[in-house]
Amino acid sequence: MEPAGRRSVVDVALQHRMLVAAEAVTRAKVLNRLRLGDTAFRHLTRAAAVAVLLLLGGVIISLIDGSLPAFRRFGLGFLVSERWNPVTDNFGALPAIYGTVVTSFIAMLIAVPVGLMIAFFLTELCPPWLRRPIGIAIELLAGIPSIIYGIWGLFVFAPFLQGTLQPFLIDTLGNVPLIAPLFAGPPYGIGILTAGLILAIMVLPFVTSISRDVFEAVPGVLKEAAYGIGCTTWEVVRYVVLPYARIGVIGGIMLGLGRALGETMAVTFVIGNAHRISASVLAPGTTISATIANEFTEAVGDLYTSSLIALGLILFVITFIVLAAARYMLMRIERRIG
Amino acid sequence: MAARYARRRRSNATATVLALAATAFGLGWLVLILGSLLWQGFSGLSLEVFTQMTPPPGASGGLLNPIVGSLILTFIAVAIGTPIGILAGTYMAEYGRYDRLTSVVRFINDILLSAPSIVVGLFIYEVMVAPMGHFSGWAGGVALAVLVIPVVVRTTEDMLTLVPNALREAATSIGLPRSLTITRICYRAARAGMVTGVLLAVARISGETAPLLFTSLNNQFWSTNLNAPIASLPVVIFQFALSPYKDWQSLAWTGALIITLAVLALSITARALVPSGRQS
Repeated sequence: MEPAGRRSVVDVALQHRMLVAAEAVTRAKVLNRLRLGDTAFRHLTRAAAVAVLLLLGGVIISLIDGSLPAFRRFGLGFLVSERWNPVTDNFGALPAIYGTVVTSFIAMLIAVPVGLMIAFFLTELCPPWLRRPIGIAIELLAGIPSIIYGIWGLFVFAPFLQGTLQPFLIDTLGNVPLIAPLFAGPPYGIGILTAGLILAIMVLPFVTSISRDVFEAVPGVLKEAAYGIGCTTWEVVRYVVLPYARIGVIGGIMLGLGRALGETMAVTFVIGNAHRISASVLAPGTTISATIANEFTEAVGDLYTSSLIALGLILFVITFIVLAAARYMLMRIERRIG
Repeated sequence: MAARYARRRRSNATATVLALAATAFGLGWLVLILGSLLWQGFSGLSLEVFTQMTPPPGASGGLLNPIVGSLILTFIAVAIGTPIGILAGTYMAEYGRYDRLTSVVRFINDILLSAPSIVVGLFIYEVMVAPMGHFSGWAGGVALAVLVIPVVVRTTEDMLTLVPNALREAATSIGLPRSLTITRICYRAARAGMVTGVLLAVARISGETAPLLFTSLNNQFWSTNLNAPIASLPVVIFQFALSPYKDWQSLAWTGALIITLAVLALSITARALVPSGRQS
């Protein structure tokens, strides 16, 4: 009995050892699989991050590639030529660049002071329970798709301007000696001014929400110190908050400008699509994005298509510079806030 | 002294009035735009809009094919853009939070976030439409995906950064591998915020017109063939609004109302998902 019993103990031990060994093997397998999965996931996420970089690289390369024929044919003269004639295959970007810059300038001229004043209201004057609803309402303006601004601008806003603001401007500012040419010509309704005003409404939420955020980031002690020596609310904002938040505000303005420069649909509806440079802001014009949107699908011939892509490249370069500057400034203020 | 005080009080009062006026001005546009949308679009809203195809000029019809087209394009864009965006955001927040690569990607991503969408259309035209030789639904979907990616990257990174490190440490201490810590713990903790990111991305692309103009083009008829041009709501609105026909214009208004309501519903849902004070 004894040997048998001993044997069985050995058997059990052996069996146990085999189990342990088997378990060790499976554990190693499982760990190995986990390690593989871990590495794979890490590389997958890294690849996705690199893909974002490649995306931007792809955009730049494809635009340069597509615009080569136009630049080869016209050289850098493309940038300063005023001609745009699909019949004779003669293209120049100046009217579109001019329209883009002028409409964005009008937009910023209105959106910046209004946006800053709204931010002033939201951070200093507004009762706390109203802050969030008003802030959200202003941000909803940013959420409305640009095509909605376009259709509204064409059917509601442009006729309204044609009947009221534009005749008023012609009758008043149109008679002031130096600036009279700016407001010459009949009130078309559509045109550079209308596009600029619509852009102002679209850019307003960007300027407002970023200004509000940087205003809120101003340390309370600074403001309290100013109030403590007897400053009025306006003086606190003008001499303490604004100087402190300056870089952030400029960043927000540049971000809005980037939007205004590249905005397509809202402008396409109301700009009038005329490839010429007029002194009057009431006259129809065109912008880079509106030209591409209007003409790309109808463009016949490689040179025409290539010229439109070259316009796209110019737009991309301009907005890239503006947006990069905006991000740089916002990053600086973020670092300072910590 | 008193005169100076009075002047300071006056300029303060002026600034206050101006600030109030500016706020009223800003809110006024929202009311005006939504008001005229409801006024012009509501009358055209009927069952027909959702059950009939876009009509030829002078006939009655609906917006069924562009609505379905838009849904398909949005689905493709989200299906392609979300995984890439989430993975990239994961790398930036989890693996390479202090990497050089991360700060470069963040910078580039922020630029992509506000890059003109028409340029994205040109890009996809160059890499997909021109080589394939024809406009297609796929090209439109990919163009929209390019717009989805930066939104999702941004929110994923922000939301994962908010996940407390104690959660990661606890998971690691019981022997959970890094990848499982991220997918089982961090994703779950940041889920609401990440869903918000996707909703915001959908809201952003559902009204985009410019990148679709020369990728998916438009289609007057019922088509779900993704290798052919496909109708989409924004492009149909663009075409119909600029046409001289009254019934086309009124359909454009109705379409505009549908898009706006969808976008507003999406962005309000997105806001409701994230508790106040945690938005980026």
